[in-house]
Amino acid sequence: MTLARHLGAALLVAVVLLVLTLRVGPFRDYQIAEVAAYVTAVAGLTYLIGLSGQISIGHGAFMAVGAYAAALLLLHLHWPLELVFAASAVAGAAAGGILGVAAARLRGPYLAGATLMLAVALPSIADKYAGVFGGDQGLSVTITTPAWLGVTFPPTRWLAWVTCAAALITLVLLANLGRGRTGRDWRALRDNEIAAELSGLNVARLRILAFVVSSACAGLGGALLAVVTNIVSPGAFTLALSISVLTAAILGGLGSLAGAVWGSLVLVFVPTYVTDVATSHGLSSGASSNVPIAAYGVVLIAVMLLFPSGIQGGLRRLLGPVAPAASGPLNALRRRGPASEKQEEGTT
Amino acid sequence: MRRTHRASLPVIAGMAVVAMVVAACGSSSPSTPSSSPSAGSSASGAALTASAPGITATTITIGSHQPLTGVAAPGYDEIAPASNAYFQYVNSHGGIYGRKIVYKYLNDQYNPSITSTVVHQLVLQDNVYAIFNGLGTPTHLAVAPFLNAQKVPDVFVASGCECWNAPATWPYTYGWQLDYVREGKILGNYIEQHFKGKKIGYFYQDDEFGMDGIKGLSYEIPKSQVVAKESYNPANVNVAPQVAALKAAHAQVVISFSVPAFTALLQLTSLKLKFAPQLAVSDVGSDPITLAGLLESFAKQGGAKVSGNALTQGIITDGYLPSLGDASNSWIALFMKIHSQYLPKLPFDGNVAYGIAAAYTFVQAMFKAGRNPTRQDLLTAINGGLPQGPSVAPYAYSATDHNGITGAYIGIIKNGELVQKGPVLVTDTSPTGAITPYTTAQPSAPASGIPSP
Repeated sequence: MTLARHLGAALLVAVVLLVLTLRVGPFRDYQIAEVAAYVTAVAGLTYLIGLSGQISIGHGAFMAVGAYAAALLLLHLHWPLELVFAASAVAGAAAGGILGVAAARLRGPYLAGATLMLAVALPSIADKYAGVFGGDQGLSVTITTPAWLGVTFPPTRWLAWVTCAAALITLVLLANLGRGRTGRDWRALRDNEIAAELSGLNVARLRILAFVVSSACAGLGGALLAVVTNIVSPGAFTLALSISVLTAAILGGLGSLAGAVWGSLVLVFVPTYVTDVATSHGLSSGASSNVPIAAYGVVLIAVMLLFPSGIQGGLRRLLGPVAPAASGPLNALRRRGPASEKQEEGTT
Repeated sequence: MRRTHRASLPVIAGMAVVAMVVAACGSSSPSTPSSSPSAGSSASGAALTASAPGITATTITIGSHQPLTGVAAPGYDEIAPASNAYFQYVNSHGGIYGRKIVYKYLNDQYNPSITSTVVHQLVLQDNVYAIFNGLGTPTHLAVAPFLNAQKVPDVFVASGCECWNAPATWPYTYGWQLDYVREGKILGNYIEQHFKGKKIGYFYQDDEFGMDGIKGLSYEIPKSQVVAKESYNPANVNVAPQVAALKAAHAQVVISFSVPAFTALLQLTSLKLKFAPQLAVSDVGSDPITLAGLLESFAKQGGAKVSGNALTQGIITDGYLPSLGDASNSWIALFMKIHSQYLPKLPFDGNVAYGIAAAYTFVQAMFKAGRNPTRQDLLTAINGGLPQGPSVAPYAYSATDHNGITGAYIGIIKNGELVQKGPVLVTDTSPTGAITPYTTAQPSAPASGIPSP
């Protein structure tokens, strides 16, 4: 039942996206592809934090793992794209599994610290083994538009199609997972670990599973980002990337897949839009280059003040007939007891 | 146990789509520059037409990616404003065949992912005629394949990586500044001649920049003379292990292919470890004004006080633009004029000179490309060779060579200024290619400050 509904929704979105990509210009197609790449990574992260109650400040590292895996497979083995994406998700999952084993023993700030360390340390591996990973200049990733689309077909539209398809499949799988038994177990674990354990849940296993699922999404998201931007290099997977996907998850509304979409839209469109506005109003370059950063901060503060449960939470409060209990977006990270299951009701 | 809420995915999905549509329709019209009628300089020749993307009857729009914020911004964020200042100067003196240059440079924060985004925006949305002086090796590598696939001229990349010289795979990409291999050869040759038999140590950035430099050095300096090779990663500011290793190897000369911040760290750490070799530094890492400023501010952070000019005294380096201190040089006079008129708030340093000089080269190429140029016309113009401009050595440009400036002079820093020592030297990028003095005097800058068509 649920699966059918999710599939139906995905199909609807796919049709609308198809029409949209055919109508907009090549740069909008490129931005849609960017959004799809971020959505994939952010969706995994929002589940990790919002559902299982664990935090990761280092998701950029898993994205790097997926991106490098994709680049190496495309470069040396010339795998077909769908296999490359699957493999990069597996690579991300493997990395997440390893960290998850450690994460199962860590809580709160200690877990945050461990993931942070990963985000800082991992990119330097690329410098250390420059022969394989191309060092500071990285590896270039190019995909070709299939011949049957014709020579005049805009490459960025093909990019948008590929990335949106991958993102939609990810979202459907995540939606099902979140709605099913695993999702319920994660919520139980998040809300009260001791109660969950007493109910017979295998806490360590669930925690690791959450990390595996989430980093598989990050790995795929990283691979999509690599394909979109044509390059993987250490400079693209800095701590700033980890922070921005985390910000997108919180901004959109933790634990909510729609929130992941909102957050990613903000991540991609706000900086470009603000730069355009700033330059067209004749601001000096020194000012206009800093305006997007300031604007991003303002958006962040405004959303947190007006909609403490993220954009999706805010919309639900504005549009929905039943107002769910207002709660901070980081609610999931606090141990609040079983009561917060109620707040969860509308989220997914 | 079904949940009562049923909204979720379909509704959410619908809203997401609506959001995307809104975003897509929102700002798809790029800001068109005000098309003021150009002064009557179009008296001769055919009418001005929109001959290529980015070219209208009144404007030429070009774009660039630059680190305006972030780690690479200090110093480098002066380059694009300096180029733009020169374009303003040209615009107010008749433009290029009457067209004004609109230079749109976007901030990529030196992050290759962002570089990709902003360059896609410039090419696909803003329809620029060319990408000019995109800054950085890892950043620009992210977009060079895209620009060549889109057949967009990718001229005068702001990086000395030899990789831009690949006419067969990247026919649209051109380097500009002296490449690091040639630079390594010229520096290595000087050290080899003037410090015969001395123990030499290398200190270099562990990327294409440092590696290319070391490659050039190794063509000139015998292996037996090199006692230590120490690399640093720009993400790690502790260079004490490297300096200690150089000291332990008793290096008497240290040749450094480093960015300014790491030249300063090398010097301050050496000072701390009481290690005082003769220092030779590549052009990018030795701008006296930038370096002195960094030395003083780093020392201050560490609770010490040093004199920047005293510490930079005696550093051997090289220069491919005339020394900034040489006010009698017609090019420096032109740079100073542009600087005082358009950039009074910026220091008059190597970055400003670099930005103006690169912009001058672009204007040269555009004049040569003709009144109504296509994109191909710009390539043809550069491939046919450009006359020597602000650089002390000629350009290498030809159909089979996309390197820029081919030589430099050796200079020694004295009292915060670069003092030329010996003639301008030119060479190629091959291991055996000779290093020869270039005796032709540098042509002086045109009185108008604008290259003649």
